[in-house]
Amino acid sequence: MSLPATASPTYPPGQHPDLPPPPGSAGVVGWLRANLFSSVFNTALTFVSVWLIYEFVTAAIDWFVLEAVWEAGSRVDCRKQGDGACWAVIATRVDQFVYGFYPADQRWRPVLTFVLLFPALAPVLFDRTPYRSQLLWFSLAYPALGAWLIHGGLGLPVVDTDAYGGFLLTMILGVTGIVASLPLGILLALGRQSQLLVVRVLCVTFIEVVRGVPLITLLFIASTMLNYFLPPGTNFDLLIRVLIMVTLFAAAYLAEAVRGGLQAISRGQYEAADSLGLSYWKKTWLITLPQALKIAIPGMVNVFIGLYKDSTLVVIIGLLDPLGVARAVLADAKWNGLSNETYLFIALFFFMSCFAMSRYSLWLEGRLSVGDR
Amino acid sequence: MRILSRALSGGLAAAVGLAMAVSMASAGTLDDVRQRGHLICGINTGLVGFAAPDDKGVWKGFDVDVCRAVAAAVFGDANKLRYKNLTGKTRFTALRSAEIDMLSRNTTWTFSRDVDLQLTFVGINYYDGQGFMAPKKLGVKSAGELAGASVCIQTGTTTELNLADFFRANNMKYEPVPIETNAEARTNYLAGRCDVYTTDRSGLAATRAATDNPDDHVVLPEIISKEPLGPLVRHGDDQWADIVRWSLNAMIAAEEMGVTSKNVKEMASKENKNKEVNRLLGVEELQGRERLGLSKDWAVNIIAQVGNYGEVFEKHLGKKTPIGLDRGLNAQWTDGGLIYAPPFR
Repeated sequence: MSLPATASPTYPPGQHPDLPPPPGSAGVVGWLRANLFSSVFNTALTFVSVWLIYEFVTAAIDWFVLEAVWEAGSRVDCRKQGDGACWAVIATRVDQFVYGFYPADQRWRPVLTFVLLFPALAPVLFDRTPYRSQLLWFSLAYPALGAWLIHGGLGLPVVDTDAYGGFLLTMILGVTGIVASLPLGILLALGRQSQLLVVRVLCVTFIEVVRGVPLITLLFIASTMLNYFLPPGTNFDLLIRVLIMVTLFAAAYLAEAVRGGLQAISRGQYEAADSLGLSYWKKTWLITLPQALKIAIPGMVNVFIGLYKDSTLVVIIGLLDPLGVARAVLADAKWNGLSNETYLFIALFFFMSCFAMSRYSLWLEGRLSVGDR
Repeated sequence: MRILSRALSGGLAAAVGLAMAVSMASAGTLDDVRQRGHLICGINTGLVGFAAPDDKGVWKGFDVDVCRAVAAAVFGDANKLRYKNLTGKTRFTALRSAEIDMLSRNTTWTFSRDVDLQLTFVGINYYDGQGFMAPKKLGVKSAGELAGASVCIQTGTTTELNLADFFRANNMKYEPVPIETNAEARTNYLAGRCDVYTTDRSGLAATRAATDNPDDHVVLPEIISKEPLGPLVRHGDDQWADIVRWSLNAMIAAEEMGVTSKNVKEMASKENKNKEVNRLLGVEELQGRERLGLSKDWAVNIIAQVGNYGEVFEKHLGKKTPIGLDRGLNAQWTDGGLIYAPPFR
């Protein structure tokens, strides 16, 4: 088959300049053709999808923003003003969602505690923080400082733990649980691998028992069973009981994550440390633990995020975490029926905190180049 | 090293001791409450009309006002009161372990709770009962016409058993749609996943009030269970039980005798024709009052600061609230209801 002669110039073999791709096979149009309109069926699918997305997005924008009501005195009032979300319930009750029933004139204390959390966390989380070694002392003192600020005493008026609620309670449970369970979990992981029989048996028993029980059971033990064991009339604060249980629970899971890290290190590392004549603690502190923790980061952050979200279970024993506050707010006849708005608001809060945690862990992994292993 | 560990364990023991802040229960609850300076009352974590925080974070409601009445009787100040929010699962342990002084949390008075759990129900402040709600367009007039209906029901509650009993007794079939929480039940009912929704009638009224068009729904007239709700205390302190019992009775009697928060001060300052009013308000001596350790104007404080039973009902549950419950069984016995206080004599 002979091609019709064309007027194009002739080139020596191998010298022909690159031609642009045929029109419609590259660029935006090409991508559209290949991915969205490659056949009649796909074209139809594309149109249906675009229509669905359009419907959904406009409806969502309508509900979330355009038709939403930001200021109103009650649900009925909201409905009169617009058909969208009644964000007025959040606006009116935002203090309760954030602080629970913490007295209004003392709210600077949890705020200050929260602000101080960042300088306390920075040197721990980021190794390039300026003045890191000095700030670390502050980090060490922070738990006591925060407890004093929030609870009071020694010059500050005491605020009963009953008054804590909302996001404040979530933060207290989450931060205390994470901070306290980390050392405990590491010790348990080391104990589980210990050569000392008693230590090993104790650690294994603890881990297996706690891991074998749902958190809600531990919370019930904290809230109801302990009352029967303690002498009548003793007032062992419910929040402290719950904090202890949450910490123990997280520690057991954390111990297993850390153990995974410890076991992933090659045997040679242990033997090299032994051959250098390092003591057990030196070996652990300088050689094995840093490597193990690095490997265990994803698992550990998983435990932390889980713990943070599980803190909402305390609603079942009557503590007013954000979900508890939502229930209380919705029990007000004025706002009854606005569950979508309140639960979406709470979901947003949890998503932001958990997303931040998971981003941090990704950053840390990259920094320590865990993937290189 | 040994000294160090001993110091550590000593410090630990001291810390635990401090945390436990041992306050051994003394002779009576009243003394404990007085010494503490406030009453600790167990309430719901949130139930429309019965206990809910207002926009300022102050707990209000029909059950909350019983707590306030007792605080007013004991201290002369209804605000000397702390609340402890309790769930259905924690309420009885909290009361029995003395975490709270009294429980006012829409609790049904039953034999086993009274006897087996060793609690003392001091009275009934609300006669509730399970009922049905249906969309008006369904055209159902009574529960007897519900044969074959699908029913939204909260699982694991006595309402589930009551429902089964009712339909079995009437030889009708139904299709249960099990639901976990009240909010979920409401959503499902409104979305039409079930024909009827059943729970306590106060709850039905609240759910109905929370819909966008309450008039589209009717609460059917039948009541298929008895749910007498009331405040309760621990066994073993009859003086304290009497204080809570008669605080509630004072509110009920005040309504019957026409004493309201508006006129109570005036009526307490003069001799009234009705001798019982005089005794209630301390114009005349009420024999045995000192035994309860209450001041002469204890009932005046309750009525002035909290209100009589009818006022409290109208404020939190009545026709002018979004819930809009009528008195029904909770009318005074003189109006054909069941609310009845023993005489103040």
